[in-house]
Amino acid sequence: MKVRATKAIMECLLEQGVDTVFGYPGGSILNIYDELYNYQDKIHHYLTAHEQGAAHAADGYARSTGRVGVCFATSGPGATNLTTGIATAYYDSSPVVFITCNVTEELLGKDSFQEVDITGIAMPITKATYLVRDAQTIPDVIREAFAVAASGRPGPVLVDFLKNVTALNVEIDYEPLPKKKHIEEGKLAALQKRMGWGIRTPEPDPEDVDKLVAWIKEAKKPFIICGGGVVRSRAHKEFTRFAEKMDAPVAITLMGGGGFPGDHPLATGMIGMHGSQASNIACDTCDLLIAVGCRFSDRVALDPQSFASQARIVHIDIDRAEIDKNVKTDHHIIGDAKRVLELLNGRIGRYDHGGWKAEVFSHDTHVPVVESDHMTPDQVLRTIYSKVPKDTIVATDVGQHQMWSIQHFHFTYPGQLLTSGGFGTMGFGLGAALGAKVGNPDKLVLHMTGDGCFRMNSQEMATESHYDIPVITVVFDNRTLGMVRQWQNLIYHKRFSQTDLDFAPDFVKLAEAYGLKGARVENLEQLSAAMDEAMAWGHGYVIDCKIDTDEMVRPMVGGGSPITDFMLT
Amino acid sequence: MKKIISVLVENQAGVLNRITGLFSRRAFNIESLAVGVTDDKNMSRITIIVDSGNNVVEQVEKQLNKLVDVIKVRTIEENHMIGRELILIKVSANTRTRQDILNVCQIMGGKIDDVSPTSMTLELSDTTEKVDLFEELLRPFSILEVARTGLVALQKGHGAI
Repeated sequence: MKVRATKAIMECLLEQGVDTVFGYPGGSILNIYDELYNYQDKIHHYLTAHEQGAAHAADGYARSTGRVGVCFATSGPGATNLTTGIATAYYDSSPVVFITCNVTEELLGKDSFQEVDITGIAMPITKATYLVRDAQTIPDVIREAFAVAASGRPGPVLVDFLKNVTALNVEIDYEPLPKKKHIEEGKLAALQKRMGWGIRTPEPDPEDVDKLVAWIKEAKKPFIICGGGVVRSRAHKEFTRFAEKMDAPVAITLMGGGGFPGDHPLATGMIGMHGSQASNIACDTCDLLIAVGCRFSDRVALDPQSFASQARIVHIDIDRAEIDKNVKTDHHIIGDAKRVLELLNGRIGRYDHGGWKAEVFSHDTHVPVVESDHMTPDQVLRTIYSKVPKDTIVATDVGQHQMWSIQHFHFTYPGQLLTSGGFGTMGFGLGAALGAKVGNPDKLVLHMTGDGCFRMNSQEMATESHYDIPVITVVFDNRTLGMVRQWQNLIYHKRFSQTDLDFAPDFVKLAEAYGLKGARVENLEQLSAAMDEAMAWGHGYVIDCKIDTDEMVRPMVGGGSPITDFMLT
Repeated sequence: MKKIISVLVENQAGVLNRITGLFSRRAFNIESLAVGVTDDKNMSRITIIVDSGNNVVEQVEKQLNKLVDVIKVRTIEENHMIGRELILIKVSANTRTRQDILNVCQIMGGKIDDVSPTSMTLELSDTTEKVDLFEELLRPFSILEVARTGLVALQKGHGAI
């Protein structure tokens, strides 16, 4: 049937089950927003304060719900404002479809007003980009974009429509097609048959599985790393069963938070630069290391040469390109974490590694509590954790507060922790928290941030207030860029170059200016009262926690150093 | 060691950009690159030569395989392929040197494409080594301009990518 091109776009979004979009309109994307007006009952659009906020919100929505996030922006600056958000999603393998519009065909390539080659710009930070110049390709392109974003190792995709393609007098042939059938039609059918692994989920090779089963049998000191792949694959149950059958200690990476319960008796805490002593020492002394869905980043395998040097290293990953990229491994299994773990669970017996566990757990799995006369980050987190429901979603920004939050909270399910691990985007947290709350209205959502990060995208409090998306923001306010200061403290001879934020705004007044409530707290009684008020109030709330400027994240291993060379314990 | 990577891609705007971008942002250096449409006009073949360790080539191959515009990727060892390069070369020529240049051209199996009172333009399609030699032999006559295509390659025997 003949339908308006923009109507086809909306119908294609509905085919995908999209009911939530974050975005920001503008000149080039006017036609799509005009059509959205007809669809406002079916597709709920959240207008953010800035395109970057929309990108992070769509990302947070995707991470917390496991669905594909959708984000709209206009051409030129609208599109470039998305880029940090796109890269954030790309580095953490979060499925988001970004839809932008560009100038009309006759203005393309002429440096026209608000024109930018966004498909070119986004190329290195997306799984795929599409420039749509022919309206008839709309259904095919949108179906492909969603399939590519969600399949294999997920990630962002960008679709850029020329404005003339979306003109309200353009009609195309559109036949509704249920999502299940998409893979059988058009280019997707061809993509599915290809040798490459763009959109296919590879079935694990049984021989590869057998080999690992044999190695597990031989291992005396097995150790497992839970990476972001376990979270993306929602394989937490299979993973936990696997760890329990193997009776092996488990460390999480930053992205693995939620893949394995943080309070499980086998949990050794985080591994890497700010990993626990137990995790890092176990990694160094184990004889079999199984890394599931982790890419051995330079924050985990700080020194690839000496990493797990006494162990056979086995890498389980869906992305073949990750194998032997950073750390040379002894064996690998390609496949979706959930599927591989199911196969393994069916094949391995029950083991008892009591002696090895005793050795590992003789080291600290958590940061030792330091007594102090002023309010410490540790105390702040303990107080908050004791008050919130255990399924609370935590979105963080980047820096010290991020590490503290992950060290102190016990995450138990995928999507409970939203953090920018790979790209390390300051300002990610509030947008992500809003997206998560929209996608999970029944859960409490905490936004953990620092005074530096909060200033970067605090304008999204306008979105929080306007749509009444109740998020509790906790600011670890140390009046400095804490993590950078920590490095200056330890490595740069206390030369605190450009890290003082003494001139920060009054966050309580700022929250009030946006129609939210806020409280400044300097001790645990005040914090406790503020948390109670925030949870009872049920709207956006900002708690400004004054902590000491020289607090540090412990433990710490320097970049590039062997994993047990602790600078700080 | 030199490796030849043969890539079948969708013949559409931006694909070459995507592939070369992948090389540059991972700090892989391309030594030679040739692109042309295949018998199927929807597909192009890109022949890339990289000179580096095994690990690098493997990484490139894996990364290429992840691109949705890439249909197939194959790495070909030097001795398992037929590779040809085309050179167009313009040298100074006058009545005194013209015959000598002609001799070189004939010995190497080249062709004369253009003659002027002061120059000759020659053409040769052969392996990279022969093309290098051709260029070397013509150097004494004073080379005015050179254009080389870079290697295109297919694997030997019946096998097809």
